Amino acid sequence: MALVELDRVFKIYQVGDEEIRALDDVSLTIESGEFISIIGPSGSGKSTLMHLLGCLDTPTRGTITLDGIQIHNASSMQLAAIRNRKIGFVFQSFNLLPKLNVAQNVEVPMIYAGISAKERKERTMEALRMVDLENRARHRPMQLSGGQQQRVAIARALINRPRIVFADEPTGNLDTNTGETILNLFQELSQQGSTIVLVTHNPEIAAVTPRRIEIRDGKVSLNVDERYATKRSEQVIQ
Amino acid sequence: MMGIILGVASLVGMSALVKGMENGMREAMEAIGGIEKVSVIPQELPPNQSHLSDQVVGITMSDVEALKQNATLTKLITPEMNMGRGAVVSRGKKIFRPWNISGTWPNALDMNIHKIEHGRMFNQIDDDLARNVCVIGTEVRDQLFGSYEEVGREIIPLGEEININGQLFTIIGMFTRYESEKQKKEREYEQANPSPERLGPERRTGWGRGGPGGFAFMLKNSTIYMPLNTMWLKFRASAGTNNIPDPTLSSLSIRISSVEELESALQQARNVMMSTHFSMEDFTFRTQENWDENIRTQVNNYRWSGGIIAAISLIVGGIGIMNIMFASITERVREIGVRKAIGATTFAIFIQILIESIVVAIIGGILGIFVSYGLVELFKVLIPTDNEPVITLWALALSFCFSVLVGLLAGIQPAIKAAKLDPIEALRYD
Repeated sequence: MALVELDRVFKIYQVGDEEIRALDDVSLTIESGEFISIIGPSGSGKSTLMHLLGCLDTPTRGTITLDGIQIHNASSMQLAAIRNRKIGFVFQSFNLLPKLNVAQNVEVPMIYAGISAKERKERTMEALRMVDLENRARHRPMQLSGGQQQRVAIARALINRPRIVFADEPTGNLDTNTGETILNLFQELSQQGSTIVLVTHNPEIAAVTPRRIEIRDGKVSLNVDERYATKRSEQVIQ
Repeated sequence: MMGIILGVASLVGMSALVKGMENGMREAMEAIGGIEKVSVIPQELPPNQSHLSDQVVGITMSDVEALKQNATLTKLITPEMNMGRGAVVSRGKKIFRPWNISGTWPNALDMNIHKIEHGRMFNQIDDDLARNVCVIGTEVRDQLFGSYEEVGREIIPLGEEININGQLFTIIGMFTRYESEKQKKEREYEQANPSPERLGPERRTGWGRGGPGGFAFMLKNSTIYMPLNTMWLKFRASAGTNNIPDPTLSSLSIRISSVEELESALQQARNVMMSTHFSMEDFTFRTQENWDENIRTQVNNYRWSGGIIAAISLIVGGIGIMNIMFASITERVREIGVRKAIGATTFAIFIQILIESIVVAIIGGILGIFVSYGLVELFKVLIPTDNEPVITLWALALSFCFSVLVGLLAGIQPAIKAAKLDPIEALRYD
């Protein structure tokens, strides 16, 4: 079974008398271990799609299943628990908590998950080692560069071993070089088996991922998977 | 924060002032023996026994003996034989009529909470031999020998002789000067900062001195004690209007072990005395319950009115906390959004904001307790002659708990607001 399944999902906002269809009859599936980018210009509905996939919002109509759990009619408490245990978020502006140090920032999701202090400490150090920031554990976010902050955010997103990670324009606030390192990190994570969804409006970044989903006016306008594409072209050559 | 600090400080300060006031009121009651002291005084027979009025025995030493042996709930018994207000004490040309000239037992010292400052109390031997010795209060000294204010130094008249109703007595002891803390401070303040000379001829400016209960202290200072046997032999045995010896006691004081046992102790004493009085109820008990009750009501009134005013200031402080929390939430909308995105439930956010609010209140409360000590010191300087305000642990604990409660209540609304934030909106917020 697919990790995520969207079946005929609508998200409709009522603004005055006008009905705005942010998502209009979207159906798609994401398999475990995929590395996907969702692209589209601003206002296309890609953010809305990410909010629904990320359990921050519920659809007006349609069903969403994540890891076997129906989330389109879950309560806000259930959604919080799902966000906590099954989903990781990486934001454009990093969104680290400025008053906490790096290690504490990484620790927060585990506190909400009710993990013991001893295990939290071990896993925090492990995650920081993974993003190569263990010597910055006691620093405040403001003392780090943008790339370092984003790596902390990635460590935080992965700390509860989520089923899927959403990254919303993760390189938007970074220069090209740093952006590349971050993308490389995502690629590495993908190779290690994480399911990662990049949300971006930048086709160059989207080119990194094997599968691309393009959203336009609330509909899926393109859904290509290079792996199959290559296979198909290979078949054609043969 | 400032509001909470001042609120706690004013609550503690107010309660300290009331406690000082209460102490002031209790002093006078302690001066006449405290609430554990009960006087047995003679009274007319009740109407249904009035036909027996020629047989009444009055309060006598046999009552004292009977009570001593049978009234187990009383721990101290003191007989007293008084000289009437007509008694005259003189030394040289100076004449004084003290309020109270009593023949009594040495244990009157404990009964009436007297303290000997100079010399000694008469003892059992003085009593057995009916010696002409006496112990006087400072007012008697002031009148017969001169007071500190008149003479400019403290006179200690030990060994001096005075004339009590025509008999010479040797002064063997003098009580300490009884006064309320307030009077004492006023007197010391006066001695340290003498008021400017009054213009015109010397004059008296009024009755008595200072404050509630001042009368009780004046009575106590105007006391002469002599041994009971001296009183009995020298003034009662052959004196009186028609030279008939009068063995009755003026009164009899008992001290009970604790106020809780007051009812049963009185019942017991009454039973014993009904038997020695052949069922004629020519005596009654006088307690300080009413006085105690009065003090309690007054203190309660002060406490409530002051407490409510201070509590209002604390609540105003709570509104301050509420504003702080609202401002802090507006600053941290994004943080709340992030926390929600990474798995914080509505309840977790609610609790977080509530705890922050309580922590602010706790810090304010602790600072307020420190400030309250300063405030009480300030009270002492501002009103140097009043009863000293006393900070009680109870007041500290109560105001601290109240401030925490205010913090809790003040945090609820901001916490609800924070918990309700939509994570998507909050993440978008700048």
